[in-house]
Amino acid sequence: MAEIAAAPRAWGGRVRLLAWLQEYGVYASVLALLLFNVVFTPHFLEVANFRTQLIQVAPVVITSLGLALVIGTEGIDLSVGSVMALASAIVVLYLGYGAPIAIIAALIAGAAVGACGGALVAYVGVQPIVATLALLVGVRGLANVLVPQLTEFRNPALITLGSRSVLGLPLVVVIAAALTVLVAFLVKRTTFGRQLVAVGGNRAASRLSGLPVRRVLVTVYVISGLLAAVAGVLATSRLQASDPTSLGLLMELSAITAVVVGGTPLTGGRVRVLGTVMGALLIQLLQATLIKHNLPQSWTQMVQAVIILAAVYAARGRRA
Amino acid sequence: MAAAVLEARGISKEFPGVLALDDVSFRLDEGQVHALVGENGAGKSTLIKVLTGVHRPDRGALLLHGEPLTPDSPLAAQRAGISTIYQEVNLVPQMSLAQNLLLGREPRSRLGVIDMSALHAEADRVMTRYGIRADARRPLRSLGMGTQQMVALARAVSIEARVVIMDEPTSALEPREVDTLFGVIADLRAQGISVIYVSHRLDELYRICDRVTVLRDGRVAHAGPLDDLPRVDLVALMLGRDPAEIRREGATKFSGEHTTAASEPLVEARSVSRRPVLRDVSVQVRPGEVVGLGGLLGAGRSETAKVIAGALPVDGGTVIVAGRQVRRGSPAAAIRAGVSLVPEDRKAEGIVATLSVRDNIALAALPRLSRSGLVSDARVDRIVDSFVRRLRIKAASPHQRVSELSGGNQQKVMLARSLATGAKVLLLDEPTRGIDVGAKAEVQALIDELAAEGLAVLLISSDLEELVEGADRVVVLREGTVAGELSGDQVTEEAIMATIAATGDTDG
Amino acid sequence: MTSTITDAETRADARRQPGRLRRERIGHLLQHHGALMVLAATVLVGTAAFDSFATPQNAANIVVSSSFLAIVAIGMTFVVISGGIDLSVGSSFVLAGVLAAYGSRYGLLVALLLPLAVCGAIGLIQGLIVARTGMAPFIVTLAGLLGMRGLMLAVSDEGANTYLVRSEAFSALGQASFLGLTLPVWITLGLVLLGGVLLQRTGFGQNVYAIGGSEEAAVLMGVPVTRVKVLVYLISGLLAGLAGALNAARLSSGVTILGVGMELDVIAAVVIGGTLLTGGAGGLTGTMAGVLLLGVIQSLINQIGVLTSSFQQVVSGAFLALVVVMQRLLHRAQRLS
Repeated sequence: MAEIAAAPRAWGGRVRLLAWLQEYGVYASVLALLLFNVVFTPHFLEVANFRTQLIQVAPVVITSLGLALVIGTEGIDLSVGSVMALASAIVVLYLGYGAPIAIIAALIAGAAVGACGGALVAYVGVQPIVATLALLVGVRGLANVLVPQLTEFRNPALITLGSRSVLGLPLVVVIAAALTVLVAFLVKRTTFGRQLVAVGGNRAASRLSGLPVRRVLVTVYVISGLLAAVAGVLATSRLQASDPTSLGLLMELSAITAVVVGGTPLTGGRVRVLGTVMGALLIQLLQATLIKHNLPQSWTQMVQAVIILAAVYAARGRRA
Repeated sequence: MAAAVLEARGISKEFPGVLALDDVSFRLDEGQVHALVGENGAGKSTLIKVLTGVHRPDRGALLLHGEPLTPDSPLAAQRAGISTIYQEVNLVPQMSLAQNLLLGREPRSRLGVIDMSALHAEADRVMTRYGIRADARRPLRSLGMGTQQMVALARAVSIEARVVIMDEPTSALEPREVDTLFGVIADLRAQGISVIYVSHRLDELYRICDRVTVLRDGRVAHAGPLDDLPRVDLVALMLGRDPAEIRREGATKFSGEHTTAASEPLVEARSVSRRPVLRDVSVQVRPGEVVGLGGLLGAGRSETAKVIAGALPVDGGTVIVAGRQVRRGSPAAAIRAGVSLVPEDRKAEGIVATLSVRDNIALAALPRLSRSGLVSDARVDRIVDSFVRRLRIKAASPHQRVSELSGGNQQKVMLARSLATGAKVLLLDEPTRGIDVGAKAEVQALIDELAAEGLAVLLISSDLEELVEGADRVVVLREGTVAGELSGDQVTEEAIMATIAATGDTDG
Repeated sequence: MTSTITDAETRADARRQPGRLRRERIGHLLQHHGALMVLAATVLVGTAAFDSFATPQNAANIVVSSSFLAIVAIGMTFVVISGGIDLSVGSSFVLAGVLAAYGSRYGLLVALLLPLAVCGAIGLIQGLIVARTGMAPFIVTLAGLLGMRGLMLAVSDEGANTYLVRSEAFSALGQASFLGLTLPVWITLGLVLLGGVLLQRTGFGQNVYAIGGSEEAAVLMGVPVTRVKVLVYLISGLLAGLAGALNAARLSSGVTILGVGMELDVIAAVVIGGTLLTGGAGGLTGTMAGVLLLGVIQSLINQIGVLTSSFQQVVSGAFLALVVVMQRLLHRAQRLS
């Protein structure tokens, strides 16, 4: 009943700072880390270094994009890492039919896992975290059953996918960039994108406005599964081997971090595509910086923990 | 006169932008059943929250048995002897009846752990006392609403309460359950326990309450014995009208009557039922007509609108738009048929706070504004621009977040969203509540204009003046059924109030 | 008081839905003892199918290898009943193992107390953040998961250094047997009893259920919500730490590569055991049945031989999905009736 004219001017300084951090914190941090490295890290500005960093971050970016859409609907998808492993296993299994068929089979499998999760969430009403947790466990197991140990392959088409360059850029990176543009287009320009954020922002209002809430939810999980499968295929082709035991392990954590740090609130209603990419870059850059300066891997994880907490805390301030 | 059990002196409470309580005084005597009434936003819930320690008053004092009382939490208020039963049963559904009754004061065995047999024995004892016959071991949610409400009551009273606040305790009860509740209240009164009773059901108030305090816009509009107060006067006080001096002043921006050709109804709800909130409600609206839905809070007005909009499932009845039956329980089907609802609760069901003004307006019309899945920005801009201009929505730009707008402008955004779907039937649930005077006048003028263009408008309002001046006909609901229908010269504030106040069998 | 509603109500209910009470009982039975029934059935099938399954040796194996998961699952049950989740237990488990092995050079007491203190402190911090800031438990404990894994790597030279247990007394804690079962099994049994009493027979336990059932109602009923939430995460951290320490004692070393994904097994066991992830319902007997069920399935898969052990993950994932779908359907059926 109160007039909620929450004019930004009326906010307290702390809240305003948090809001700014949620909005631009990730860009500022990436910039700061870049500057730091330019000054203090030898060989940082070399092309080879950039190539390596970008190739490493590409699968994380692709997975995070799908997850950002899910989180935009106030959901979560923990199964992305396992889907990567499943895609990897299926590619190797079907490689006998040629690389294109194998890749398509892997993508279909990823979409199917997403459809299962989406159906559980949208039609049965299971909490997203539980539904996708079951998939995380089961799908990883399935991948391991299909391909029990590390299996190398020699299919030239699949290997080129991971090692080829287009216009001087690694193909993997080009694909990640193209998918980023595609997802941004999906969010900004399509009916589905508009509906997605509305469903996440206010489900009751979306239903009253006649939106196909359930269909939107299922689609979002299907996209997430599909993108995770793409990431799995690319990672497999880089590795030149399928390794379902460890491929994509804990990827859900990196992806959630990237999305949250990128400014997409866990409470839904908003998807920040570029922010998500920046979030993934930030973590990659952080890792690289620590390694280059001989600080151990363990630091990355501890710093990452602090960053997640800070990002979610900042998002909370924005809501208050 | 002995000291009051509970007294509030000059309480004021302000929330950002709203003075919820303005110098409110209230007195509750021992063994008294005191009705606290008022429409939405009158300040009832704020007053209850002040009494129970949820809010702290900005000014004024609370006295319990003459001693100053400053509860800082619901727990502190309970310890002081003030118990509350909320409208929605506030117990833990998964826990057993006994656990709910005695949570926080479970009997212990000598080992210091909870003594289960003593727990159940004590629960049985309390339940017998309040006439609850059920298995204390069963989870609460497996029991009927009536029993749950009684358990809440038993819990509230058995904490040695001196004052029991009941917030619409009968809203979910069947008539026989209400009888039991009243038996308990009579019993409490006999024991000298005082009750603050919040309800909109006049029959109930007159049955059990001694005194009444009427709140209106955060002030005490009336306080006195209930027996002396005629029903119509009570309704008038609640709705903010003085029955003695009602004149048609034309303070609203409505033009008055609309020209409705004697055509077929554009929208019709045919004996829709949804127990226990709606029973056999029928409403028709013709093109170019504004039909008002009158009645007190909880009479089933919003539910009727939601049923027509496909947003609530029904037990029986049909909704017909332009001669064709609409698929039940599907808002999308209703929108396709040309029906659009502007819900009462803007925040929970209306605006999508994370989105911009533009996206909020275009939301329901997306299928019309897209081609093969792609949103046409040009079309969206055109439609958004035209509505922003037509409704005079004040926003820095269409890209401003809707949550940053004032209530009145948010309401206009909601209206624009409905109109953008190309709706032929508009269901407006309290379209002018909680918005400033200027915006209110604009919205009222707009309703007129839309009706003149041939739309069918169903207008729900607690503002009698708005109903009388805005609507061609008024359907009055009481406790989920149609209590009467007024048209033409019959549409007056007195007639509406008389229909609301009439007891059971009278027809308007 | 003359009128009573409930007898009339019960009669009306009986008229309306003659099968309601029976349905409710079946629902209750499935919810609380479903895992136990499936466990019994699985054991019967295993006994019939494999001669080597129902041997005392195999039974002891299952129980011993399940005991560590069981201890962690006790803490998780508390958290989940309160409506939260603790993803950090796997990291806690490994970290505790490394700390215990490291601390064993200073004797039994340090080997035991160091991991408990560290894991307890982190659990406490997580609880404080969850209870005070209202941030989602899964994201707070996710940060905990990462942070503790980092901490574990930091104290073990990036996982390269596997500390050996230097205290005989501490090793005995993980290896000594009593009546044919190792000490961790007995400790688990003791903790289950203790946890059961705490959950069912103390005010604290009742408060845990109340908060998980309806936090809003709990506040209005005067439950000290913040304190209870903090304690629940503290318990979870302590128990994960204890399990990790005992495991290090059993292995005589602080192995750094364990515990990845352990939180998932634990949550699966808790949920399969009938504890609702939405909070407010469940208990330790169900959780123990869930843990044992996972152990028995693993053992059966080993017996079958042709299947790889990862088949167990498929089964437990499918089981988890099945259980949550069943729970949702039960919930809906109860709402409708």
